Amino acid sequence: MEAIERFKEICADPKAYARRWKEKTGGKVIGTLCSYAPEELILAGGALAFRIVGGSGGISRADAHLQTYSCSLVRGALDDALNGEFDFLDGAIFPHTCDSIQRLSDIWRMNAQTGFHLDVVLPVKLNTTSARDYMTAVMRKAGTELESVLGKTITDDDLHKAIGIYNGIRSAMQRLYIIRQDRPGGIAGSDVHAIVRASMVMDRNDFLNRLTRLVDTLERQSEPESVDNKRIFLSGGVCNLPDVYGIIESAGGTVVGDDLCTGSRGLTGLVDTDGDPLDAIAGRYARRAICPAKHAGITSRGDDLVRMVRTTRAQGVIILFLKFCDPHAFDYPYLKSMLDAEGIPSLLVELEEQTASQGQFRTRCEAFMEML
Amino acid sequence: MNGSEKPPIDPEKEKRKIKSVKRMKDIMTHYYIDAKTADQTGKKVAWVTSGGPVEPLIAMDVIPVYPENHGAMIGAAKMGVDLCEKAEEMGYAGDLCSYARADIACATVNGGPIGGLPRPDMLVCCNNICGTVLKWYEVQARYFKVPLFILDTPFNHTEYTPEAHAYVRSQLDEYIVFLETHCKKTFDHDRLAEVGRLSMAGQRLWQQVLDTTVHRPAPMSAFDAFFHLALIVTLRGTRTVVDYYTELLDEMKTRVATGIAAVPGERYRLLWDNLPVWYRTRWLSDKFAAHSACLVADTYTSSWCGTLKYLDEKDFLGSMAQGYSRVYINIGTDQMADMVVDMVDKYSADGLVIHSNRSCKPYSLGQYDIQRIVQEKRGIPSLIIEADMTDSRSFSESQIDTRIDAFMEVLK
Ligand code: SF4
Ligand code: SF4
Repeated sequence: MEAIERFKEICADPKAYARRWKEKTGGKVIGTLCSYAPEELILAGGALAFRIVGGSGGISRADAHLQTYSCSLVRGALDDALNGEFDFLDGAIFPHTCDSIQRLSDIWRMNAQTGFHLDVVLPVKLNTTSARDYMTAVMRKAGTELESVLGKTITDDDLHKAIGIYNGIRSAMQRLYIIRQDRPGGIAGSDVHAIVRASMVMDRNDFLNRLTRLVDTLERQSEPESVDNKRIFLSGGVCNLPDVYGIIESAGGTVVGDDLCTGSRGLTGLVDTDGDPLDAIAGRYARRAICPAKHAGITSRGDDLVRMVRTTRAQGVIILFLKFCDPHAFDYPYLKSMLDAEGIPSLLVELEEQTASQGQFRTRCEAFMEML
Repeated sequence: MNGSEKPPIDPEKEKRKIKSVKRMKDIMTHYYIDAKTADQTGKKVAWVTSGGPVEPLIAMDVIPVYPENHGAMIGAAKMGVDLCEKAEEMGYAGDLCSYARADIACATVNGGPIGGLPRPDMLVCCNNICGTVLKWYEVQARYFKVPLFILDTPFNHTEYTPEAHAYVRSQLDEYIVFLETHCKKTFDHDRLAEVGRLSMAGQRLWQQVLDTTVHRPAPMSAFDAFFHLALIVTLRGTRTVVDYYTELLDEMKTRVATGIAAVPGERYRLLWDNLPVWYRTRWLSDKFAAHSACLVADTYTSSWCGTLKYLDEKDFLGSMAQGYSRVYINIGTDQMADMVVDMVDKYSADGLVIHSNRSCKPYSLGQYDIQRIVQEKRGIPSLIIEADMTDSRSFSESQIDTRIDAFMEVLK
């Protein structure tokens, strides 16, 4: 399929895509470090949000700034920044998430040459009125700061347009997830991964158009490919490894749903279209699937996980996150015990560097599929 | 050594011993007995993070209990590894904060040096020190099934914003409502004002105690500060703390006047960064002393008095927002570096000893840049010790021994 080929191409070299986009449009590119970056504001400011999800492999320069006990995302991203690989960025936005990203922001601000630096210090609590008010205030502040660094006024009209595009993307992604859930095999896991990766770097309008056409086509394909693979739900953090899907598939599983940072977490929940746009954007951040570095109740992630596993009718859950990732590692034991209590089998995979643990991952996946 | 024979008393060593230590031990023992018998005395117990707002608890007659202080005791008693391993068996990754691991495991087995902490009636978590405490307190809230209050203090990368201030300020009111609900009594604001005054008096005295080390030779070292810190952390806001530090300050002044040094023949003055290595404080202290080096100050113990300038006796509740938000590790790495540089000047430090603490990412990530900045601005040498505050599996004695020797050679 043509659209997927395009997404895969971008996914293979997102930096090259961003460089070309910049040359062609003369627009500004802003690096973002997390799914809580206020992308609607960036788009409304006429810039391209470019999500950084790790490094391109090999750590050398980051060693002078980060201890070995920081996760590979943080180390890899800094390494790329120090190596000048993000020379196309006009700035970077750091939403507040985990302790490691928090310090990465400082180190980055002091050492990387990637243009302006904005910290968006979101609340950690998401379930109180004062936190919700603070979230809106933070969005307002981020909007003002973006206007000044981009040298452009962001009007309500700009915001409404941007919200429209993002709502379009999230609705189409929702439809795609339903296809994946209802007709596993209707779309390969690695294709979904490529789509998700493209959604984080591509010109969002262009992405929306291609995605919509793709989903329309997929929905028309009524003939489900018959698969007797095991239905797997992927839960966890950043997954920068397209091979994960290939490995799961060749081990006899099909991913029917996920709650990954680089997956559905950034792509769920619509922004209200009436009322104050900044408040509406803040509202979506407070409602959407929660990251473990945030708090919305002591079992909110576990409840969500069990519910999603049920709706996607997954037979097993693979939990994956990067080594040294505190927020995910703290949640793992309770997520596992909630799944156990529901009789849902799960497998934990701690990812180290980009490729190091692939062989082991394959073996463990195969064993897990056999068990299901 | 034959167990029945006592080692001969070294009068030199006796003279250098800090006399207040005994009183401090008594206070802490009583405090833990009170806390552990709270169910018999009808008092409520709240578990609270080390940087958390304790004054409203004291004003409500709730006994505050500090899992982190307990973690330090576990570390000092060399019981950290066992408990950390137990947490790992429970599924917690070995690279999570060892205070959290030890505490989570300890709660299920009532282990550790004092047979576990008393069961909490409520949990109060302030994330001004890290995101770890949020996750850790969620774990305990699920385990003990008790209410959890989170005081969310947005991180100050480069500024303390009015937005953050308004948010934290309104949470302080929510905190009071939380306490009223779970203690089933109304909050006494006059009482809080009094507790606030005592808290500030305690902090001022603690700062004065720490400041006695500007003298050469320093009457105490950071290792002593690590020990005497327990009170400002656990009983801040009480008369006990004020009385105790008044006495300790007197003792330090006397030591200064009579020239009693923490390290005899002090030649080198060093600054320590990060938490202590609890299971090796004695070893490290002796090691540096053998080189005539005294760790005269540290970034850790001064965190409990570092925001005095933001606190206001006339509006303690209101000023708590700023006082609790702007603590040492809730600010940008460059601001931390500036504070280290100031400390180098204030205490005339000849070198910097950096504990790169695997457990504490918000404190440790950024240390390399701090090291570089201090080097650029003051040109003093520094040493990085890779370790962990409670989990001794991360401590390689022979390697650290060699590195300290090499570092001291550079200083000489
Ligand atoms: S993977 Fe975990 S530790 Fe790393 S940046 Fe993400 S949340 Fe933070
Ligand atoms: S040691 Fe660090 S990570 Fe652990 S509780 Fe203390 S501040 Fe948090």
